Amino acid sequence: MRAQFVLSEISVGLRRNLTMTFAVIVSVALSLALAGGSLLAREQVSTMKGYWYDKVQVSVYLCNENDAESDPNCAKGAVTEEQKQQIQAELKKLRVVDKVYHESADEAFKHYQEQFKDSPLADSLTPDQMQESYRVKLKDPTKYRVVQTAFSERPGVQEVQDQRNLLENLFNLLNGMNIAALFVMGLMLVVALLLIVNTVRVSAFSRRRETGIMRLVGASSFYIQMPFILEAAIAGLIGAGFACVLLLGGKFFLIDSWLADKIALINFIGWDAVFKVLPLLIAVGVLMPAVAAFFTLRKYLKV
Amino acid sequence: MIRFDSVSKSYPKQNRPALHDVSLEVERGEFVFLVGSSGSGKSTFLRLILREERASQGQVHVLGKDLARLSNWKVPQMRRQLGTVFQDFRLLANKTVAENVAFALEVIGKSRGQIRKTVPEVLDLVGLGGKEDRMPGELSGGEQQRVAIARAFANRPMLLIADEPTGNLDPQTSVGIMKLLDRINRTGTTVVMATHDQQIVDQMRKRVIELERGRLVRDQSRGVYGYQH
Repeated sequence: MRAQFVLSEISVGLRRNLTMTFAVIVSVALSLALAGGSLLAREQVSTMKGYWYDKVQVSVYLCNENDAESDPNCAKGAVTEEQKQQIQAELKKLRVVDKVYHESADEAFKHYQEQFKDSPLADSLTPDQMQESYRVKLKDPTKYRVVQTAFSERPGVQEVQDQRNLLENLFNLLNGMNIAALFVMGLMLVVALLLIVNTVRVSAFSRRRETGIMRLVGASSFYIQMPFILEAAIAGLIGAGFACVLLLGGKFFLIDSWLADKIALINFIGWDAVFKVLPLLIAVGVLMPAVAAFFTLRKYLKV
Repeated sequence: MIRFDSVSKSYPKQNRPALHDVSLEVERGEFVFLVGSSGSGKSTFLRLILREERASQGQVHVLGKDLARLSNWKVPQMRRQLGTVFQDFRLLANKTVAENVAFALEVIGKSRGQIRKTVPEVLDLVGLGGKEDRMPGELSGGEQQRVAIARAFANRPMLLIADEPTGNLDPQTSVGIMKLLDRINRTGTTVVMATHDQQIVDQMRKRVIELERGRLVRDQSRGVYGYQH
């Protein structure tokens, strides 16, 4: 096969079908960018899980004076010194417990003020409204139920709260959004696929004279189909290239320069995660159109 | 060269078969006219030889090969040993005369050196020396058909199939084309030509095969076109 001949066929084909080629490139680019984006979002969620699960604790909130009126668990009034000692001792005895910290009402107040220093709520609270608590770090964060069953009904304990639950909700939300993105990506891929099929069809039709002559003089079907398949693959490659640029741009402008400044609490995915996704996008971007073209041609370019 | 053994061909959704029980043989080096009114099965006959269609019944042998047993991927190889010429020339309008001939050689993978040598040779042979760089649109019908013949002959085929090659040409030009085909025939290439041109058939006095409603009704050496047409 003569490379020059094939190349000139391809460039003629791509130019003749410029609008369709453009449509293929854009739809491939968008669907692959979405695909890459949702892969990275998944990566981001698991990064965040790893980071946060390390930090989360089980909090055993103790009753204070104010709770005595508002919370039935604390009907017997504020926690006593004796109750506190007992709780702490038993917490330390539990096998699943790694460490136990005590957070006094004053400390809780300080933390609260730090966290919400820009909020008007910060000034409206006083230290004696805050709750004392034991912060329990577990050896295995999933064993939270053990602590809950042991302490939630105990006098002086207002509530046993697993911070992981709060995070779970967030992660579920993120996963839901991710699934939605995957769904949109699937639709976009179908659109891209149909566009490719149609483009190849139009391309084959507009060159039926050439291909007819090629058939007559005995060109192999491989030789006849190759320019069409390469055309589709090149359009797909350009689309995949744009998708890669979109992802790299998203990482640089959206995450590194903007989100990372605004939200210091989250550690974002690194460049290595992005670079892991790009080859996958390019492979899909080249192979999918090529395979689609191949099967389209089997129908429209009979030997 | 070509052998038909009780070949029938029917197309789906048509009651009457396009060819019905046709048996004949064409020897190497022969020049055969294929005549018959429209719809008599001439085109089907040629399409079977080119293996654009497969016979419904019977066997078609071309160049010693049973076409029914020829697998799809070997068909291109077989077609390289055939040349084909059509009424509508089938040239590429955006390529020059020389490029049109070269195209046929390129797509079967000939080397550039071979192409550079072959193209002027065959163009000289068909009498188009010096018109290599003209576009098909600038040529007369007869000249365009000569380009098509040059393309068909470039690969030195054993067998040349011509489907009404003079159908679009005036009588005088047709005579020139026939002389050219005769010359190609004399180099040893078998020629099978479907035609409606009574004058040409009567003049050339070659073997005539006549089809009527899909049946072989006449096979005459040194024949004439016919009587009632």
